[in-house]
Amino acid sequence: MKTHKGGITRREFVRDAGGLVIGFSIIDAAITPQLFAQSTVATAVPPSPKKLESWLHILPDGSVQVFTGKLEIGMGVDTAFTQIVAEELDLSPLRVKFVLGDTATTTDQGGVGGSTSVSLGARPLRNVSAAARAALVQRASQQLGVPVDQLQVKDGVVRAAAGSRAAAAGSTGLQARQVTYGELATAIAAEQDLKVSGAGFALNVESSAKPKDPSKYTVVGTSVPRIDMAPKILGTYKYVVDVRVPGMLHGRVVRPAGVGATLVSVDDSPAKTIPGYVKTVVEKDFVGVVCEHEWAAVKAAKAIKVTWSAPLQAFPEQKDLYNYMRAATPKSTRKAPKTGDVDAALAGAAKKLDAKYDVPFQSHATMGPGCGVADVRPDGITTVWSGGQKPHALQKGYAELLGVPAERVRVVWMQDAGSYGRPGFEDAGADAVLLSKAVGKPVRVQWMRHDMTAWGAKGPACVYDLAGAIDAQGNVTGVRFVSRAFSGGEILYLPDAAGNYLGAQLTGIRNTTGVDEFADWGANAPPYRFPSLDASSHVLAGFHESASPLRSTHLRDPEGPATSFAVECFIDELAAAADIDPIELRLKHIDEPRAKYALRAAADKYGWESRPSPRPNNSGNVVVGRGIALGVRNGTYVGTIAEVEVNRTSGVVKVTRLVCSHDCGLIVNPDALKSTIAANLVQSLGRTTKEEVMFDRSSVTSVDWNSYKVARASDVPASVEIVLIDRKDLPPGGAGEPSSRPTAAAIANAVFDATGVRIRQLPLSPERVKAAVNV
Amino acid sequence: MARMTLSVNGRSHVVDVDPDCPLLYVLRDNLELNNPRFGCGLGQCGACTVLMDNRAVRSCSLPVSRVGTARIVTIEGLASPGGQPHHVQQAFIDEQAFQCGYCLNGWVLTAKALLDTNPKASDAEVRRACESLICRCGSHTRIFSAIQRAAKSQAVRA
Repeated sequence: MKTHKGGITRREFVRDAGGLVIGFSIIDAAITPQLFAQSTVATAVPPSPKKLESWLHILPDGSVQVFTGKLEIGMGVDTAFTQIVAEELDLSPLRVKFVLGDTATTTDQGGVGGSTSVSLGARPLRNVSAAARAALVQRASQQLGVPVDQLQVKDGVVRAAAGSRAAAAGSTGLQARQVTYGELATAIAAEQDLKVSGAGFALNVESSAKPKDPSKYTVVGTSVPRIDMAPKILGTYKYVVDVRVPGMLHGRVVRPAGVGATLVSVDDSPAKTIPGYVKTVVEKDFVGVVCEHEWAAVKAAKAIKVTWSAPLQAFPEQKDLYNYMRAATPKSTRKAPKTGDVDAALAGAAKKLDAKYDVPFQSHATMGPGCGVADVRPDGITTVWSGGQKPHALQKGYAELLGVPAERVRVVWMQDAGSYGRPGFEDAGADAVLLSKAVGKPVRVQWMRHDMTAWGAKGPACVYDLAGAIDAQGNVTGVRFVSRAFSGGEILYLPDAAGNYLGAQLTGIRNTTGVDEFADWGANAPPYRFPSLDASSHVLAGFHESASPLRSTHLRDPEGPATSFAVECFIDELAAAADIDPIELRLKHIDEPRAKYALRAAADKYGWESRPSPRPNNSGNVVVGRGIALGVRNGTYVGTIAEVEVNRTSGVVKVTRLVCSHDCGLIVNPDALKSTIAANLVQSLGRTTKEEVMFDRSSVTSVDWNSYKVARASDVPASVEIVLIDRKDLPPGGAGEPSSRPTAAAIANAVFDATGVRIRQLPLSPERVKAAVNV
Repeated sequence: MARMTLSVNGRSHVVDVDPDCPLLYVLRDNLELNNPRFGCGLGQCGACTVLMDNRAVRSCSLPVSRVGTARIVTIEGLASPGGQPHHVQQAFIDEQAFQCGYCLNGWVLTAKALLDTNPKASDAEVRRACESLICRCGSHTRIFSAIQRAAKSQAVRA
């Protein structure tokens, strides 16, 4: 724990004998940090997780400054952290302030990912808060002359517990009555080493101080207003797009004419007449312009004459995509351990089902198209402001791009527009690095809409072939599952190497970081148990090795919504074939009590009538149906029920009601959780009924909000009902993604219930639905 | 480049800018107002919304030369001179209406403009007024609640 003397709001500390001083105000740390190199020797040593002071400072006013490598990307995680720290310290949440994701001052906790920020990322924060409280109370004990076990803390004030002997003594004036954390902070901090375990998301630290028993919580579990919400609505919150560095220039990029197109020539003479034009930067196939004003950069990017070679015909025709995927030789394959003999089950089945499910590429299409600000000094000392989910990885990747040690690069995370995975903010930052390096001045790059929607990495397309066997008694006796998907890690979600970035790939740096990530049964579908099960997953090679607008990466709940669409619809098909209620079939084949409870909780809230699908007597033009799907993700359980109206003439699927039960263990902030679940439901509704990346043989052709459609006001159900299942006996689990998972299957199952027609391809667009129901 | 005077958030500003420059960049880069945000540059999403004589307009597609003497108000200028949040802002705060919030200019200012002219807007009218806005995070249910809450608080104040 670091303590501060006097009323300082600036802190300066010397990082090593090489003489680098980092000085910045805590208050505006994210806006104006600059690295001042006093020598060319590197530099800033990252804070050691072993030291309490790396995590937490007690300030003279009694408030607490917490430093974490975790971030807030729109779901209120920093509010949850605030509650957790305040709880352990017995301090008002208003006195807890956070620095998030600054590589110079926070430890590497892996950034954001996998819905782990609260489940894993908050553990060290809870533990250091407990350690700090113990140290402060110990110090108070010495100052007050009261044994530790007779002290109590209320909002950072330590005093003898009511009724204790010390309190009685204090009341006679023999003892000082109380001392505040702020007063204790003027004492010299005791060096304290923490026990470190794990790394990245799993990084944890522990001390001898034990955190509170959750049954004693008074702040965790309450709906504290989100700390970012009022500042955002009042207009005082600063996003990464709002960073202004002295001398900052503005950049825009110009991407190739299509996949594999190489640069033939650039004529920048038309841009030279634009007031404020500085330079056109060309490095192999990377092209960007830099100007003094943002509008000048927008104009210059349009004005320069760039000639590209003909792009490759690297993509199949869009209408052939799924055939291509089924015919392609897989790059790699993973088989789950077999249960029983599926071949025998299928051979002996009374009823045998075969179904093919198809899910398109989808785009992050963040609200702001991506922005990065980079200040690359001539000596290589660099600061980058980015909304990317993994600042410590970016530090390594940008350093590699610049050819300098990571210690000379500081990445300061600031919130961008949403995120939903690895959206391209990382690439926008790399563009800023390349342009700033070329002009020797700070450069802010704001992408244009098409730079994000067309050229940002995509959530992978996935296809599934399923087969199922039902015996004469209506029991499911076997399921075969085969998936073929582009890798969720073709562009690695951990952007810690230069080749990870689009701009860098255009300069000729190869992406060597990709991994095979499978759309597999195990992690992405509920753990159903059948007498026989055979599940295998294939990853397909990307269409082009470098700078492809269809390169694939993590998009919210990677492979989860797609795989659950296939599996949870197929389960529904089995139930319909067996002529039993779809909830009943699920309950029969799943063991986990929390999964069963989530299904029942959703059904109770909805008023589910037990019967098989489709709904009988549904012959009108506008027909109504209901469908359910289960989502199980890393210990979080979600049951979603959709009610739909399908217009047979127009093919429009109108979702009129969504009910979602949600069990993520102990709930830290019920209202913020509900808000995140409701938003997940609406976003995933759009991914179900509208979202599809469009492309031709060389380019992505969905480039804006007209050509890449997402949920709008008219798509939002009249009723969205959320049932929170609070498990105070369990640790908090993840909530950022799980409620995205079952939506597509719930809606498609409801369409089947309404129409008797099974649609196995997303999105459930009016054209597709119309064609299917009017056969 | 041309010198012009803009009325923004109740104050006059003299700027020397390209007359074709969209108002958005003048507000952001010349006046350093952060809240009108770039979303698409095509008028398709609403992240850049400002009020122009009390109408919600897309500043990304409005050349600054077309502003003339119109009074521009951004989120920064919505609060009362004493710093009290506007009741529409307060309703959005009370509903904790957003996730990332990048889009909020469009929703808050469209809501204000709507309730100025139609203080008893029905749910259907609210949705119709908001159909041309994007919230990529999907915060719509809270946003609609906030607009209804704002309408109610407006009725009490009237």
